[in-house]
Amino acid sequence: MAEFRAGTPEQDEFLAQLLDAGLLIASGVPGVFGRGEDFERVRRGFDARISAEAAADGPEHLVFPPLLPKRQLEEIGYLKNFPHLAGTIFAFDGDEAAAAEQEERASRHEDWSEFQDPTDLVLTPAACYPVYPAVAARGKLAPGGVTVDAGGSYVFRNEPSGDPARLQMFHQREIVRLGEPETVIAWREKWRNLAVELLRGAGLEAELDVASDPFFGRSGRLLARSQKAQELKFEVLVPIAGEEPTAVASFNYHQDHFTGVYGIEVEGDDPTAHTACLGFGLERIALALLRKHGLDPDAWPGAVKGELGL
Amino acid sequence: MIDGHAGLDVSVAELGDDGDLYAAGMTSHASVNVMVALEDRFDLEFPDEMLKREVFESVAAIDAALAQIQKGS
Repeated sequence: MAEFRAGTPEQDEFLAQLLDAGLLIASGVPGVFGRGEDFERVRRGFDARISAEAAADGPEHLVFPPLLPKRQLEEIGYLKNFPHLAGTIFAFDGDEAAAAEQEERASRHEDWSEFQDPTDLVLTPAACYPVYPAVAARGKLAPGGVTVDAGGSYVFRNEPSGDPARLQMFHQREIVRLGEPETVIAWREKWRNLAVELLRGAGLEAELDVASDPFFGRSGRLLARSQKAQELKFEVLVPIAGEEPTAVASFNYHQDHFTGVYGIEVEGDDPTAHTACLGFGLERIALALLRKHGLDPDAWPGAVKGELGL
Repeated sequence: MIDGHAGLDVSVAELGDDGDLYAAGMTSHASVNVMVALEDRFDLEFPDEMLKREVFESVAAIDAALAQIQKGS
């Protein structure tokens, strides 16, 4: 099991307030919560705000379940880059005697994992992953490429923590841009500035910064520093609970990583296609808003409620 | 060895010791493969402060890093 990372006193206190107010509902497992009605109103309010902005791109809307075929995880190299964060799905495989033994051990809360075999499925770690093979299956992209709004699927990260802003399962609102490199780069630049405006419009102190992914191990440190040096990832950070601000949105330029894996090309003389994606962590944004404006959304400033349609 | 791991569009011989390996097609992931191969081959470990893009940008830069590690050990 992944090691539990304790929250800071400030994070523990904020989590206790959220639970007391019924905004989050404890499950007994760190980083996994039910959401109360007010929390969901806020989350959906910001989600709708993103949809309104994204409409200008004329995106295609695709919806995927929060599961990924294991094969896709293997193809994109996730287990090389983030083996520590992946969650795979196992299921029972055995006869009646094995089932009885499994139940016997489970009823005593002992280890019953030996009766479980891997399935063909893993939990989706990033909501954009199903988009690339889906678009690749159609053949070459038309000039100008395509924008896909993948909605706000639940995603999983195996990182139990006491920080309410570090959930193991959360909604990642993703939009993906596929097309010529210059098209993709311009789109990412437009959105990273737009995201800062959106968050500031909701009363948050949002700042943009160059960032890196949490790559695994020593080779991961080289990858992370390379990613930063090339400015492939930007994040928008806002204060939640604690001294350091928290990333609530990221803007990622993948270059030819996904187009190479899936053979995605653009029609025309130069077939080179690149991809970029943006992701808003909707729960983190809801938490930042609750921290900033108070635990009762009905008592928030009128301008903020107006922005979120509350 | 770099030819085998860097995924270059040209050979190291053509590129020369000072040629930019990234410009010649080495991706970040390929630079990790080069790093791992060098560690295996020379039985050493790049210290944390050397795990950065510049250290692997050319044959000359890699040579300098290896010399520094071997001097220190």
